[in-house]
Amino acid sequence: MAGTAFTPSILSRPVYAGLVSRGATPAIMLAEGEGALALMALADHDPAVMGHAHIIHIPAGTGHGAALQALGPAMYHEGPTLPAVLPRLRKALGDAHMGTALYIAGTEGVIGQVTAEALAAGVAAGAISTEHHGGAARRMQCVHCKGITEDVVTDPFICSHCGLSLFVRDHFSRRLGAFQGVCVDAETPGQIPAMQEIRP
Amino acid sequence: MTLRFNDETFRGDYTYHNSAAAVRRFPFPFDQDSYMYSVNIEPHRPTRAGSVFEHRFDVDEHYVAEMQDRAITLADDPLRCQSLPHMELAGWDFLELVMVCKSEDYPDMFTLHRDGDRWHWINRPLGIDQRFTFMDTSTLPCGPLEYIGRQTQGDHALLDQREGNLWMDAGIVTSQADWSLDFNIGMNFFEWHAPVPKAHELGIFQRALKFLTNVQQGKPSRRLNWTMTVNPRLDTSPENYHKWGPEKRTITPENVGAKQYLRVELQSFYRLPRSNALVFPIRCYLISLEDLVTVPKWGRRFHRVLRDLPDELAEYKGFAVNRSMIVDYLARFDDGAETSAGIFPD
Ligand code: HEM
Repeated sequence: MAGTAFTPSILSRPVYAGLVSRGATPAIMLAEGEGALALMALADHDPAVMGHAHIIHIPAGTGHGAALQALGPAMYHEGPTLPAVLPRLRKALGDAHMGTALYIAGTEGVIGQVTAEALAAGVAAGAISTEHHGGAARRMQCVHCKGITEDVVTDPFICSHCGLSLFVRDHFSRRLGAFQGVCVDAETPGQIPAMQEIRP
Repeated sequence: MTLRFNDETFRGDYTYHNSAAAVRRFPFPFDQDSYMYSVNIEPHRPTRAGSVFEHRFDVDEHYVAEMQDRAITLADDPLRCQSLPHMELAGWDFLELVMVCKSEDYPDMFTLHRDGDRWHWINRPLGIDQRFTFMDTSTLPCGPLEYIGRQTQGDHALLDQREGNLWMDAGIVTSQADWSLDFNIGMNFFEWHAPVPKAHELGIFQRALKFLTNVQQGKPSRRLNWTMTVNPRLDTSPENYHKWGPEKRTITPENVGAKQYLRVELQSFYRLPRSNALVFPIRCYLISLEDLVTVPKWGRRFHRVLRDLPDELAEYKGFAVNRSMIVDYLARFDDGAETSAGIFPD
């Protein structure tokens, strides 16, 4: 099984089909944490993908850096967080030619943000291949204050910007790379249901 | 037709009201005693003098107050009007469509003079007299979509057509039934409809999209959609849900007739000439239950529709918590008599 299995949901909720090789074309590969395993499996299946590949890796506490480098990509870069690697990613997306493939593997928040960056840079949706690895945490936009709360693991959760208690919707915006959070006690202020852990 | 515009509000003290004539011409959306989602699309051609289907962009007694309400909402939240960069041309197409239709259909209220690209627009109800250069945004106080959207009742979405799909790439949306333009911008037809229950399984969106991508210039279409709103509030946005949500729980058996409104959207679809985009006007009409039941056919039928509506639809439309009070109220106006076909009063 390539990546996490999710419960079937509504049509705006992204599906991460697993990385599929597009062959020996130029490629940008972004792997966060255990997402590195997806790149290794990809290279194992089709070693030709690495010849023109630019790997950007965010270890997130995992130790796969050496193994990724050993795959022999054309460029390799390691950075501590997504915000830290964003300037490099944006440059790479901006420089990319038509036909450049984009592979993204990691948690949902990272896949969502990198996809949003790529779409904004003009990458065609069909050139993006994704695989989910890691927990079920979600990146949530508060529909009220518009602030984004990263790594949400409970439903409801508290908006880290305006402090409202929000319920977690499956409705997802590819442009924002985020799910929608909506005030859970809007009709009955103060009546907030018990927090539950989000499942995939 | 000379219109008197109501002095009324859609928030706070909620002084919104329908005249007897407005009640008679209300677009009651049920042509039979039950309701389920369907591809209910028909040509948007002039129908019945005096009805909301007579003109392409209906202007009614609420026009001025609605535009004032829109201005309040936009000042509060400018993200209610957005346009991705490639939609500017569609914005001009839309402005032209509205100015031409309104000046033809309501010459006493609106006048458009065109001399090449030098245009002169007069909107008497709103006291606007504007000379500008068509396709030159610097000659208008704001972009074309916002400019004409502030003078046209109803929300408007501009849909780009590509890859066999429609993309919500621009809009001006201040009277929506609980969806967010800011969140939906950039989505395609299936994505923005994702939260709707049942209709995907029924194949409705597949068929609807096929129809819409084939809409031809000069041949607009329309459909009616409906939901329920407590108080005559236009801005039932998710953005402000924490502000209007508590009002939903103020319904009692005593006040339900006055406070509970049927909200009907007259939606239409026009192909735009230069951009090949579609414009999707979503015009909102509100009527209190106590006004609605003054038409006996509507009272009977609405009772049966709401009594028998699938729970999922009541839940999605957001009135499940008040449903039994609404149905009990309407039951008093249903004597069991047969109802005639079609939506119009007998
Ligand atoms: C291109 C034009 C259209 C636009 C921009 C549009 C937009 C929307 C939006 C934003 C919603 C709310 C979804 C949510 O967040 O819950 C909605 C609901 C819905 N739409 Fe559309 N729509 C369009 C055309 C159509 C057509 C042609 C049909 C034909 C069947 C349709 C059927 C529905 C239905 C059944 C709902 C649920 C409404 C309810 O139960 O209150 N839409 N639409």
